[in-house]
Amino acid sequence: MSQFTLTINGEKKEVDAVDDMPLLWVLRDLLGMKGTKFGCGQALCGACTVHLDGTAVRSCSIPISEVGDGQITTIEGLSENGDHPVQQAWVEHIVPQCGYCQSGQIMNAAALLKANPSPSDEEIEAGMAGNLCRCGTYNRIKEAIKSASQAQ
Amino acid sequence: MLPNIPFLKNKNREDQSKVFVPSRRDFLKIGSLATGGFLLGVNFQCSGPKGETITFAPNVYLSINSDNEVTIIAHRSEMGTGIRTSLPQIVADELGADWSTVKIVQAEGDEEKYGNQNTDGSFSVRMFYEPMRKAGATGRHMLISAAAAKWGVDASECDTENGMVVHAGSSKKIQFGELVESLKDAPMPAEGDIKLRDASSFKLIGTDVPIYDVKDITRGKAVFGADVDLPNMKIAVVKRTPVIGAKVISYNDEKALAVPGVVQVVKIEGSGFPPGLDKALEGVAVIAENTWAAIKGREALEVEWDLGENQSYNSAQQLTEMVQSTTKNGKVRRERGDFNSASRAASKVIERTYEAPFYAHATIEPPAAIAHVKEDGSCEVWAPTQHPQWARGAVAGALGIDVSQVKINVTLLGGGFGRKSKPDFVVEAATLSKAAKAPVRVQWTREDDLHFDFFHSHSAQRIKASLDSSGNLTGWNHHTVFPAIGSTSSKEELHPSDGEMGLGCVDFPFDVPNIRIESHESTGNTRVGWLRSVSNIHHAFAMHSMMDEIAEARGKDPIENALELLGEDRDITFQSEMVGGDYGNYGEKIEDFPWNTGRMKNVIREVASKSNWTANKEAGKIMGFAAHKSFLTYVACVVVLEKDSTGKISIPEVFYAVDCGVAVNTDRIRSQFEGGSQFATSLATTSAITFENGQVQQNNFDTYQIIRMPASPKKIHVNIIESQIKPTGVGEPPVPPFIPALANAMYRMNGERIYKLPFKV
Repeated sequence: MSQFTLTINGEKKEVDAVDDMPLLWVLRDLLGMKGTKFGCGQALCGACTVHLDGTAVRSCSIPISEVGDGQITTIEGLSENGDHPVQQAWVEHIVPQCGYCQSGQIMNAAALLKANPSPSDEEIEAGMAGNLCRCGTYNRIKEAIKSASQAQ
Repeated sequence: MLPNIPFLKNKNREDQSKVFVPSRRDFLKIGSLATGGFLLGVNFQCSGPKGETITFAPNVYLSINSDNEVTIIAHRSEMGTGIRTSLPQIVADELGADWSTVKIVQAEGDEEKYGNQNTDGSFSVRMFYEPMRKAGATGRHMLISAAAAKWGVDASECDTENGMVVHAGSSKKIQFGELVESLKDAPMPAEGDIKLRDASSFKLIGTDVPIYDVKDITRGKAVFGADVDLPNMKIAVVKRTPVIGAKVISYNDEKALAVPGVVQVVKIEGSGFPPGLDKALEGVAVIAENTWAAIKGREALEVEWDLGENQSYNSAQQLTEMVQSTTKNGKVRRERGDFNSASRAASKVIERTYEAPFYAHATIEPPAAIAHVKEDGSCEVWAPTQHPQWARGAVAGALGIDVSQVKINVTLLGGGFGRKSKPDFVVEAATLSKAAKAPVRVQWTREDDLHFDFFHSHSAQRIKASLDSSGNLTGWNHHTVFPAIGSTSSKEELHPSDGEMGLGCVDFPFDVPNIRIESHESTGNTRVGWLRSVSNIHHAFAMHSMMDEIAEARGKDPIENALELLGEDRDITFQSEMVGGDYGNYGEKIEDFPWNTGRMKNVIREVASKSNWTANKEAGKIMGFAAHKSFLTYVACVVVLEKDSTGKISIPEVFYAVDCGVAVNTDRIRSQFEGGSQFATSLATTSAITFENGQVQQNNFDTYQIIRMPASPKKIHVNIIESQIKPTGVGEPPVPPFIPALANAMYRMNGERIYKLPFKV
């Protein structure tokens, strides 16, 4: 067990954890931040996507010991009032069905747009290919990303 | 308790109606028991910290308080269909509520109070459209009576809108909340006095009402199964039987207990074989302070297994045997005319074999449940369950307590598709909480989910079609074989049940003079369950792939062929041709929900028109067609394919036409079809579960693949037929026709017929 100081959504958080505990379980179990979801544990589905220094990463596959002093952003901290352009576009297009994968989809989409503010259809598809949605909301996700892109 | 399980056994109609459509009569009985009125009425109660807020609750689904808050109970589970919005939307529309202020509260599992809560079989809207309307209309009736009395006007001159009673002859209006106190001693109206709104005055039904939870979901605040936190809660991860039916001989927990955070190792007594639908599997659980410790502890756990009778089970070998069996005479399930004579007299017989694999549900939320067995022996559960009553009964049974001591709180479900009907994971949580003397969350990993699912069965089918010298289709002989859902509970269930046969097999709707439909025996060697649209998945693939070949053999366009062979507009009743069983009709009486060829032809014509089928075909566009009724909803589908200069094939467009009767939430109907086409694309092109030595060979999303955005169908056009016929569900019906429509399009692309799922696009 070691003590770690993480910066999550702009706040310093101290946790005691084993070195190999994935960031996902640190967030969910140790810090009670349940917005980030567990889907596969192998970085295959994207449900656990958060931002590390502004880049989308799969928190299920990043051990806490590798986070260092990186800035972590989770769905809870993407915007203060749930009004990030991506979140607004998700509401406008009524994207979610069950909703479980959508935290990860939104975090991935926000990072995608930050890196590429006007992505083409193909760039959206490639950029979102790591995020699975079993309900099949892909087309609304794509439309919402385009709306958010224009709203930025 | 009665497990409300469709498809489980061969049942006669009466049994099935009790089990599968539990039932307007029961619903009314519940109401009259409690109130003497028509719905359970809690006529009046006070609440609030100081007792100053007064609440009027005309029935269990609806309450209105003196602060003008309208609360509607969602008693069905939300797994992505939008039902948590659509049913309250019906109540609110009849009531005349201001939707923007309506609060929705999820019901706990309580069948006596709420009626059937088994969210399955696409039957929530079908079963509850009318009760929800009456629930809202009762409230409206009583509010109008109170306002009319207050104003001294006739009730017939009043209506409700936007949370107010309004008087047509004057500018009088009054908010619902102001009437609550005057309803204090109001009698419950008799059922006959309740008038439902005319459809022309609907403001919410038939519109795109956004789902209630959309903002919470986009902010990460929506609460799913694993998101509930309780003080002192432990987390359990279970090492389950590697082969279904295996038993633990011994285990060594020394290394597991040495993992930091692991607190306890507990054996779970499993159900053996057959495994049952509602029992925990044999296993050894590692209970820890956090999920990661539990996962690591399980890795360190050493278990010696007696692998039991399924240790040499190989699904590829069974499928080969199943294919072989279809060449023999089977058990006849439906017969019309004499297929063998037709076949002998035919100038051409087309005979084809179709195969489909096992599928896993692979909800992105793996099963998880939280249980707290308290000191008094009672148990409280929080779980993403499609069937809270079954979970309640199963937990009570496992703990040896009365169902009244079990409380089931239903969270949102991160996908269900039939998997989360089964309460095995809830039973695990309850069993482990009892052992740990603490609240326990049992957490399944993705590997657990894929290894220990209740799978959609693999299947073999053989269809023979006979044509005479004039090109008339004279005979249809369909053989089907697949491990039945019943095999999960009984080794004697070797044939598909009547329920399963009624899902796209015996309900062959085309007007052919000689029909013989047969099933064959196969054994269950794993846990078989039901997956979105159930046996329709493989049956529709075979039926409509064959219909496409028949069209070609007849020199007809596939749509023209289907319209012609459906015959005259009429209601089909299959029952007189059933052999040794009943036609299920999804548990509904055929006179209430007939199989109407006219409605099917209508959706076919609609999809032909919207896809511009004839002109596009002449222009060389690659398209495939299929139309299939399932869960009493009529669906026609056209899939468009394109090949780019590199030879890569994509699905740029899909056209659906759907007749589901009254359309309640049009946005959610479209979303079910949009998603259903993606779900079906996975079944058709990427997913398969296989067994070797009794063990599932796929572990995670690298080997059990579901469709990702780049290969997903692009534009999904959904044309909803306007109708005032009583509504039917849309959760499952998008899936079955898509797969053969895609396969038929692939044939037009490549010139090769597809006989086996999954196939490469």
